[in-house]
Amino acid sequence: MERLKLLTGTAVCVVLTGLAIATAMADPVDDTLEIDGVPMITKAPAPEGHPFKEVLSGWLFREAETRATEAESFANPGMFAVERGAEIWGTVEGSMGKSCASCHNDAAESMKGVGASYPKWDAKSKKPLNVELQIDKCRVENMGAEPYKFDDADQIALTTYIKHQSLGTPVKVDLSQGDMQTWWDKGKEVYYTRTGQLNFACASCHEGAMGKYIRADHLSQGQVNGFPTYRFNTAGMVSLHNRFRGCIRDTRAEMPKAFSDELMALEVYVTWRGTGLSVETPSVRQ
Amino acid sequence: MAATPKPRVKVPKSAKAGEVIVLKTLISHEMESGQRKDKEGKTIPRKIINKFSCEFNGQPVFSCDIDPAISANPYFEFSAKVPESGTFKFTWVDDDGSIYTDEQKIDVN
Amino acid sequence: MTLTRRRALALFAGAAAFPALQLLPRPAFAAAEDTTKLIADFAGGKEPQAGKIKLTAPDIAENGNTVPIAINVESAMTDGDMVASVMILADGNPRPEVATFHFTALSGTAAATTRMRLAKTQNVIALAKMADGSVYMDKKEVKVTIGGCGG
Repeated sequence: MERLKLLTGTAVCVVLTGLAIATAMADPVDDTLEIDGVPMITKAPAPEGHPFKEVLSGWLFREAETRATEAESFANPGMFAVERGAEIWGTVEGSMGKSCASCHNDAAESMKGVGASYPKWDAKSKKPLNVELQIDKCRVENMGAEPYKFDDADQIALTTYIKHQSLGTPVKVDLSQGDMQTWWDKGKEVYYTRTGQLNFACASCHEGAMGKYIRADHLSQGQVNGFPTYRFNTAGMVSLHNRFRGCIRDTRAEMPKAFSDELMALEVYVTWRGTGLSVETPSVRQ
Repeated sequence: MAATPKPRVKVPKSAKAGEVIVLKTLISHEMESGQRKDKEGKTIPRKIINKFSCEFNGQPVFSCDIDPAISANPYFEFSAKVPESGTFKFTWVDDDGSIYTDEQKIDVN
Repeated sequence: MTLTRRRALALFAGAAAFPALQLLPRPAFAAAEDTTKLIADFAGGKEPQAGKIKLTAPDIAENGNTVPIAINVESAMTDGDMVASVMILADGNPRPEVATFHFTALSGTAAATTRMRLAKTQNVIALAKMADGSVYMDKKEVKVTIGGCGG
């Protein structure tokens, strides 16, 4: 290994990375996830036109300790974000003197299942909105408040809280609304386009090498049903667009901005790839 | 995670006299190890929860001296043998002198 | 999880995949003497024996920042047979100390679970001191690798 430390340079990395991916294979575990006794769908038949026969939650690719942490909400530190989100839900902000609860009342009822159907078409802006952008739209138009800065802790907490109200609900995006199909097409193109010095597409790892190991990471299908997710790595919450950008950074490419058209199209497409999986927010990952 | 640490505890609502029960505790805390450096290369000062303790009706049950190698959002799971109904008191001590507490009652029959 | 040959190969090949990462400055790691001294101080001059204490930890940590570990000491936890405390050490961290648990008769059992940080592959060591002064030890190597993604 001492000699390898001296080796630098992109070419070497590319060659060796290819080797690393090709070396090992392990099936996802045959296990079922119940969170506090509530069953989650971690395997679902893939929608028509999907490259896989079955879509699989990232939970199935994690080690036993990580899986156990998600299965008990008490042990899951991501629940701190849910608690914070509940506080924000009831807090008045902005010039109109309103909180989320002023219009939406009890989130347990009004937001049940909602997070499972985003991104959704927004006729006014003629773009798809994810939960974060929907929150910002509400803040600006209905509360007279500033939109959140990307990855503001409160943005992540409120998104986590709202998506958590759909815990267990199968993911289903409605592609029939507006131009959602066009965004799906564009997202698919992003998914399969190789980028960066390592020349990786999303599909290189999460489709072609799914189930193999890249270094010590067991590559999953790259499903997004558990976002925002609690990561052991940072001991904190990670938003979906942070993860998208992180993946793209790891290919050594320029990172598109969070919520840019490119990443929103990708979110539409990748969310569709997880059709039928339960929302697991906040999931627990390595 | 710079927000005020929030403790969470999980205690069964009831137990039989002399039964050994499992207690779980978690507190949101960054557990800054004192080993990391900021962007300017300066060491980020240590700030951890350095002590955790659990008492039952004023009697010590379990305690723990904590070093920076304990992960962020410290989690402790341990047991207690409850002779009677009463109250568990949980205490976390921060490097900055702050003390966070939580209490939970249990019915023993 | 067991370290299969296939997985070992993956770890090796994976480690080779990002050689540039290996050039990052390393923190100073605990000298073996620090660990030896901490064990001697805790044991009060006695030689730690095998048995009684069981340390549970993964063979390979999925992420070194959060590694679940558990200890369990065989004891009646009554006056005649009581565990006073359990010290956890990690001999390859910048500082070997991890935590010391203190038990009482109200503990019921001398068992505890927590989550710890491991800076690299190393031994996790658990020492139990009984009320009569005898000391027992268990040790386990936990492999830690930097993840391929965002690690």
